[in-house]
Amino acid sequence: MDIRSQVCMVFHLDKCIGCHTCSIACKNIWTDRKGAEYMWWNNVETKPGTGYPTKWENQDIYKGGWEKNGDTVSLKGAGKFKGLKNIFHNPHMPVLDDYYEPWTYKYEDLFTAPEGDDQPTARPISLVTGEHMDVQAGPNWDDDMGGSPDYARQDVNLVKLSAAEQESMFQLERMTFHYLPRICNHCLNPACVASCPSGALYKRGEDGIVLINQERCRAWRMCVTACPYKKSYYNWNTGKSEKCVLCYPRLESGQAPACFHSCVGRIRYLGVMLYDADKIEPAASVSEDQLVDAQMDIYLDPFDPEVIRQARLNGIADSTITSAQNSPVYKFVKIWKLALPLHPEFRTLPNLFYVPALLPTMATVSNGVYDSTSQSLWNGVESNRLPMKYLASLFSAGNTGKIVDVMKRLMAVRLHRRGVTVGDLNSAEISTAMNEVHMDADTANAIFRLTALATFDERFVIPPAHREESIEMLEATGDVKGNTGFGFKETPARGL
Amino acid sequence: MTNILLFVVLPYACMAIFLIGSIYRYVNKGFTVSSISSQFLEGKKLFWASQPFHWGLFFLFFGHLIAFLFPRAVLAWNGQPIRLLILEVASFAFGLCAFIGVILLVLRRLTTKRVQMVTSKMDIVVFLVLLTQIVSGLLVAYYNRWGSSWFAAFLTPYLKSVFVFNPQIDAIASVNSIWLKVHVISAFSLIGLIPFTRFIHFLVYPVDYLWRSYQQVIWNWDRRNIRTSRFWKRGVPFKNN
Ligand code: SF4
Ligand code: SF4
Repeated sequence: MDIRSQVCMVFHLDKCIGCHTCSIACKNIWTDRKGAEYMWWNNVETKPGTGYPTKWENQDIYKGGWEKNGDTVSLKGAGKFKGLKNIFHNPHMPVLDDYYEPWTYKYEDLFTAPEGDDQPTARPISLVTGEHMDVQAGPNWDDDMGGSPDYARQDVNLVKLSAAEQESMFQLERMTFHYLPRICNHCLNPACVASCPSGALYKRGEDGIVLINQERCRAWRMCVTACPYKKSYYNWNTGKSEKCVLCYPRLESGQAPACFHSCVGRIRYLGVMLYDADKIEPAASVSEDQLVDAQMDIYLDPFDPEVIRQARLNGIADSTITSAQNSPVYKFVKIWKLALPLHPEFRTLPNLFYVPALLPTMATVSNGVYDSTSQSLWNGVESNRLPMKYLASLFSAGNTGKIVDVMKRLMAVRLHRRGVTVGDLNSAEISTAMNEVHMDADTANAIFRLTALATFDERFVIPPAHREESIEMLEATGDVKGNTGFGFKETPARGL
Repeated sequence: MTNILLFVVLPYACMAIFLIGSIYRYVNKGFTVSSISSQFLEGKKLFWASQPFHWGLFFLFFGHLIAFLFPRAVLAWNGQPIRLLILEVASFAFGLCAFIGVILLVLRRLTTKRVQMVTSKMDIVVFLVLLTQIVSGLLVAYYNRWGSSWFAAFLTPYLKSVFVFNPQIDAIASVNSIWLKVHVISAFSLIGLIPFTRFIHFLVYPVDYLWRSYQQVIWNWDRRNIRTSRFWKRGVPFKNN
């Protein structure tokens, strides 16, 4: 057993209102620079939709992630041989137009235009070339299913659905969508790290954050293709790749990352999970329908005395172990089994988990009457508007059983709370739903509380970085021992 | 006099600049060490330009290196005319690849506005040096045929003498091909330009990727010992470790 700690995340999709506040918070702090304008380390897309960069999920195009190779996994479009072979031209790399060309407006014209018959306008100009441009696409062009024929219909997750099933998703009275906010997953088996020929990418041992050493990056661009989530971006100005840093300077000082902190829907949770690093490779190599279970197995019970003992042996601080015990992520993912990883079939073992949205149930139109009533208060989960197969393609590598299970648990909580607050339901109906998923009232109440009422400190349980150790994350303290302080690099010796 | 300047002073100056400059840049200005690829801004034309250019140069570089290090092996290989022909034609083909590649690269820069935005003054110098180098090489190969055979007689002694700090320029000075001289001079200039241009990226070609483990985890302190140790543990150095 090789126990390590990992900062993990949960996004509760039922609560996301698609406001993009998270994206803006991130942009203002990290990517408001030349060469980074097009990057959205945090982006929010509409599902069904093609996302950002366009069709990022389609690994036939981008060749990201890992593929099963016997008992182990190998990189799909990168790796030692392919990487060095393609180093002069990377055939699967997304280019600027696959994201969008960033632009601003020539606001100056509004003030300097000479008097005339027409209102002056601020024309869009490219932030790359500085020339006038026709804006063709943006990072959230498919918001709220805008332009569905171009976007929603092209969603690669639809290929697993029959033509009839797809058609039913696009009938007006049945149409539905949900948002999918995405950041880097700080994976346990990061394809970006494995693909980097110069070894610039690395995972921090202390908290598992995946970073790019800007001094070692040589613009070989392999991580951009290898990350199946397209969360490593190439800065065309500096000639270095960049990615989400999970606001590590904020985490080290006990604050939540900016996108988490600013989230309007309070959909985001962050906490530590302990995991067994020896199990990474076997878990990444199982067959597709096993992937979710295998990944869940990696994370360990932080209350188990043996786990605690081993964690201590590995140098994990007691405060980190306590954080792991209080982790909201551990509850959602392991105890309540409500959150699933996005596209586990990419085999990077992502550490960002999603509670799928319990969308409105299906309505019908008969004789021109829109009818959404059913026997029970809410229809059964099987008549969810988004087909289970579609959700399974997103969150469980096609294992529909996993999705149905999560949906039933979510539904049981709702029925239970309806019973508590309104009391208009038949108690037999509630207990059937609860028994089916083996849930007791306390658990349902706890889930409700953490979902709907949780305070800041319940949502973000950030392990203390320990002041003395957090300095070591930036400086080799031994080097400056005997000096007067960390800002002072030379021994203050008496001058000649 | 001119010969001394061109074939003694220039080479040593360039190599000194190369050594000191590259080390200085790598150690102190690590952030600028990059191939600064522009594939992200333009990917299609780049394929037909970058691939022949780089692979052409790749083989030419090792060809020159082998000819310099093992001249006798090359001469022995050339013992049969057919083998000499194969070697010469292959080298010329790689030269043409590099030539076509660099022309396409220049055209791409000229015709793509986005790529122009990331073109620096030094990139223009890079193109000029490369063009001189490749064109002069091709002309030598064409007009002074069978270079792989006379290389050992004319160039190897000169280059060797330069590297053992006992420069003998008689052989090279007596060569009556202006293109060969241009080729040698521009080669040394190219080396001297490495610290000031994007040429620096071929010093950091990532061969070590071949034997490194795929996943990289870095602890900033020794995680097993920090809880019990009473001594300072050195952190992992941060720079271009
Ligand atoms: S999401 Fe992509 S960039 Fe982030 S750790 Fe995983 S593979 Fe790397
Ligand atoms: S800020 Fe929160 S609610 Fe708004 S889009 Fe981002 S994740 Fe969704």
